[in-house]
Amino acid sequence: MDYTGFLANIAILVLSGFIGFAVISKVPNTLHTPLMSGTNAIHGIVVLGALVVLGTAENPGLPLQIISFVAIVFGTVNVIGGFVVTDRMLAMFKTRPVNTNTTSATDGKN
Amino acid sequence: MDILVYALYILAFAMFILGLSGLTAPRSAVRGNKIAAAGMAVAFVATLIHIRETSSWLIIIIALIVGVIIGIPPARKVKMTAVPQLVALFNGVGGGTVALIAWGEFIESDGFTGLHVASGPVLPLVIASLFAAIIGSLSFWGSIIAFMKLQQILPGHPLSVGRLQQPLNAILFLGSIVAAVIVGIGSVDTGANPVWFVAILVLAGILGVTTVLPIGGADMPVVISLLNALTGLSAAAAGLALNNIAMIVAGMIVGASGTILTNLMAKAMNRSILSIVAGGFGGGGTQGAGAASSGDQIAKSTSAADAAIKLAYANQVIVVPGYGLAVAQAQHAVKDMAKVLEARGIEVKYAIHPVAGRMPGHMNVLLAEADVSYDAMKEMDDINGEFSRTDVTIVIGANDVTNPAARTDPNSPIFGMPVLNVTESRSVIVLKRSMSSGFAGIENPLFFGENTTMLFGDAKKSVAQVTEELKAL
Repeated sequence: MDYTGFLANIAILVLSGFIGFAVISKVPNTLHTPLMSGTNAIHGIVVLGALVVLGTAENPGLPLQIISFVAIVFGTVNVIGGFVVTDRMLAMFKTRPVNTNTTSATDGKN
Repeated sequence: MDILVYALYILAFAMFILGLSGLTAPRSAVRGNKIAAAGMAVAFVATLIHIRETSSWLIIIIALIVGVIIGIPPARKVKMTAVPQLVALFNGVGGGTVALIAWGEFIESDGFTGLHVASGPVLPLVIASLFAAIIGSLSFWGSIIAFMKLQQILPGHPLSVGRLQQPLNAILFLGSIVAAVIVGIGSVDTGANPVWFVAILVLAGILGVTTVLPIGGADMPVVISLLNALTGLSAAAAGLALNNIAMIVAGMIVGASGTILTNLMAKAMNRSILSIVAGGFGGGGTQGAGAASSGDQIAKSTSAADAAIKLAYANQVIVVPGYGLAVAQAQHAVKDMAKVLEARGIEVKYAIHPVAGRMPGHMNVLLAEADVSYDAMKEMDDINGEFSRTDVTIVIGANDVTNPAARTDPNSPIFGMPVLNVTESRSVIVLKRSMSSGFAGIENPLFFGENTTMLFGDAKKSVAQVTEELKAL
């Protein structure tokens, strides 16, 4: 990689930090647990890093093979588990009966 | 082909951002999560194309299968009350991956000397890798300890070596930096002894353990967010080192998200992140609380029948859930009680403090699981004005977040922390297992208040009994 490429990566890094702040600031308190577990799944992207390290090594020795193996297992657990549990959690928020009746009834009573 | 890989990575991170924007509303959230997961699949395919000529397919495929087999069952079976520890665990393995990637790179490039062959920015890449190693290892071990505390394998209360804690942590931190510098300098020449790289991982790992051990259970929302942010940042650093834009973007977004949540949680406790990481409530704080409370105050105990009568003749009832509700898994029982009350025309609302439970938004998820309407869950600022108009407030397994001393007693260790104004309501029923003070050892004057009655026992059973009594009325 040359300097231009590296600086472009730094630019992407800085901008995505700002985008992250902008997007995440809008998430309501109610969804903070799914948000945390969802972002948790997204950082499971590190599994790609493990694949690249092992996949681009020309003649990986045993230590590298073992380390990469564990890294890929860990990363896969992170990404798969994270998305599955987030999906389960969010499914609970999905069906919400619009219960305007009860509210207006009690309002009248007060 | 490289252009295709790059283009797919761009598509992938666009999908991450799109998916996360879906999380801004409950309705679009499920789809948002699926879009993000699809983005992950795109990035995965891109990576497989990138490494298509590898000789290590067998190892890769076996590792992926093992990961799927290990990862899916706990995610599908975990009880919603146990989500915080599962998130801590998943976060930990992510951090572990980052640390191992850095280690793998170190080996593959002969102690990073391989990087010096190419003309380009060598030092920044080495620094990024070393940063990833330190933070990844710290996050892995810190998360494992957080998991063990939440799973109650380790006691939830702070474990520390006292005054030596801070110097010890400082030494560990400096030690891991020194080892990293040695590895960095070695990369210019023939490569440092691999022992130094292992030293980075070990020292940073011990630092993770000694940092999280002294942090008490009630501070866990902050710790989990912080560890999440750290893993994100280490993923971005690893992305820089590997020239992988998808990792850079994803890592930074997670870093930003974790930082925002950490700040929110710390603010909701009126404490700085630094003071939380520095350890649980100190001895000085509890002394102040001890002075404020007097031994001869007596809390009034009540029965399920009395509580039911009070509730039956209320116009508005507010439920204040806390970690005790999660421990007793009382969310469904609470929903049943609310149904009976609503059938009597009584309005039931839920007051949710930002740090109630063990991770941000923990109570919302539990109540959502029990099918509580999203609109009935109120945030602290929205509901605090309503307590004075409320007949009965039921506090279920919450303690510090209702403590009026936070507003009135400058000597209290939690003075200044925003709390729910439950004392303003006409009467308060506190469901609690025993009179023992909360995690922080702070007395709660609420329990001795004129309008407060205590209903002792397991929260789930107590709520069920009250519901039975209500039905009998």
